[in-house]
Amino acid sequence: MSSEMYEHMRNNPKFIKLVAKRGRFAWTLAFIVLGMFYGFVLLVAFKPALLGRPIYQGSMVTIGVAFELFMFIFFWLLTAYYVRKANGEFDELTADLIKDAWKENK
Amino acid sequence: MRVLNRIGLVLGLLATSVMAHAGPALDGIQEKQATNWHAIIMFCLFVALTMGITYWAAGRTKSTSDFYTAGGGITGFQNGLAIAGDYMSAATLLGLSAMVYGQGYDGYIYMLAFFAGWPIILFLMAERLRNLGRFTFSDITAYRLDQGSVRTMAAISSLTVVCFYLLAQMVGAGQLIKLLFGLEYKIAIFSVGILMMIYVIFGGMVATTWVQIIKACMLLIGGTLVAILAMSRFGFSYSNVVQQATAVHKLGPKLMYPGSLLADPVTAISLGLGLMFGTAGLPHILMRFFTVTNAKEARKSVLYASGFVSYFFNVIFLLGLTGIIIVGQNGSFFEGGKIGGKLIGGGNMVAMHLAKAVGGNLLLGFLAAVAFATILAVVSGLALAGASAISHDLYARVIMKGKASETTEIKVSRIAVICLGFIAIILGILFEKQNIAFMVGLAFGVAAAANFPVLILSMYWKGLTTRGALWGGYGGLLSAVVFVVLSKSVWVDVIGRKAALFPYGQPAIFAMPIAFLLAYIFSKIDGSERAKQEIEAFEDQYVRGQTGFGAAGATTKH
Repeated sequence: MSSEMYEHMRNNPKFIKLVAKRGRFAWTLAFIVLGMFYGFVLLVAFKPALLGRPIYQGSMVTIGVAFELFMFIFFWLLTAYYVRKANGEFDELTADLIKDAWKENK
Repeated sequence: MRVLNRIGLVLGLLATSVMAHAGPALDGIQEKQATNWHAIIMFCLFVALTMGITYWAAGRTKSTSDFYTAGGGITGFQNGLAIAGDYMSAATLLGLSAMVYGQGYDGYIYMLAFFAGWPIILFLMAERLRNLGRFTFSDITAYRLDQGSVRTMAAISSLTVVCFYLLAQMVGAGQLIKLLFGLEYKIAIFSVGILMMIYVIFGGMVATTWVQIIKACMLLIGGTLVAILAMSRFGFSYSNVVQQATAVHKLGPKLMYPGSLLADPVTAISLGLGLMFGTAGLPHILMRFFTVTNAKEARKSVLYASGFVSYFFNVIFLLGLTGIIIVGQNGSFFEGGKIGGKLIGGGNMVAMHLAKAVGGNLLLGFLAAVAFATILAVVSGLALAGASAISHDLYARVIMKGKASETTEIKVSRIAVICLGFIAIILGILFEKQNIAFMVGLAFGVAAAANFPVLILSMYWKGLTTRGALWGGYGGLLSAVVFVVLSKSVWVDVIGRKAALFPYGQPAIFAMPIAFLLAYIFSKIDGSERAKQEIEAFEDQYVRGQTGFGAAGATTKH
């Protein structure tokens, strides 16, 4: 029975829409995080002096510290954004999809 | 009521002591390794509270689902705290603050690498983990593959990770407790092992989760308190702290530069990979995705967990920096009173000395109790993850082929906990004098190279077959272990050879591609009938992974 339900869902255009939308969204966020993080790691490896420079003349805050703190906050905000969208929009689409499949199954 | 009164008294004492010691005056008298009564009393309160919870939890642990996943009834917020607790071990607090104290900015880089795995887990894995799994992550890898062999492989690599991590925690615990509480090493190891067994055997996941939640709160409060008191000496100005720290530290202005720790690009990238994807392959962390009611709560728990972790890492950064000035310039924290010499109790004691300097013995006692509680909570989570690999994967699914009754399965996991507990105690005693620094690295390396590649491929790649999964899993496990054994931390530091055969301390950048490549090649050349069926079965798995239809729901509420 489960298998039939999966069959119904798979053939529902809403499923394709959901998967494409959520997939694009998740991968975009993941690429932002991976890009920033490994970009930062490369800076650590190849341009350490740059990260040790102050953000402006005379400041005690270095570029490295400022950028890292920004990433700590920004990555967390991205997770908040993802959770908000997934728990709202995407979950509604999913619930809709399952309802459709039950209807077809009758 | 009496307990409440006592807690009130302790809090009151804490507050007065904090105020009394807020000034810069420091007493030079050292009670090195004397029995620390503040710490012991506070720790006993923690044990009493958690034992009460275990008693309550024991009454609610009836089915396998209760035992492994607390019946799936933990809320997102509670689970977030518990994940953060699992992730922030005593090594995190002590090791990372010591790293900032010694290396400055490098410590902060490490922390970002520890943290950056979380968003990735949420975006790419949380959904499917929750929708496909039930008790262990092998539920997902074995979803459409051969149950017997794939689960055996996943259980072996899980147990490898759990054992190394457990051993590292135990040895660390023994040394820490000896130092902080003035207890014998063996007594410390036994008390950790036995308390852990009691929590897990009687209270299962319910008790383990609550122990973790309480400890996470204590850790967050304790760390924050020390940081606030320390920062108050610098007018809460980060600039003041950095100015003074760079002035007194032997690295000088280089303190805020990426330094020697990540000197070559290969090590830096490999470390980043290992920490990021190792997190996504730790069995005791992955297990936490199954303790919540549904995917909604699973997502929320990652949000809360990563919030707490990221907040706490920044607190640790401040602890390390202020420690450079407050601890590093105070002769009473050095052996023989020589500033810049060896810290009393070893390099990892920076956070503890800082607590004493800014909050006196009471705050030191509190932080010591927190460290002990932390170890206890982390080993409990590990033991439960290890036990579930034995009882759920090996016993119930591989040996009994899914025909085991719930009662015997729980019985087997309780026996597994006892065995793991005694193995941990015995190895902990045997390894007392050994250099165990490589063990956490090895645990992360195996998690990143053996668990993660097979797990992610089984969720995302249609073409994965049993043969590919086995080659990838065992190949990753073996190469991670071999690379670590041949690296400096084992080959030179433990075995005592002159030069390391493998030049890098971090195996991930080499072991992960090996695992992926083996999994890919052996899946591709697998032309068997079974492989065809496995590839076809991906379709249904895919729909379930995306929608959660048919996924295990909550059975009980807590």
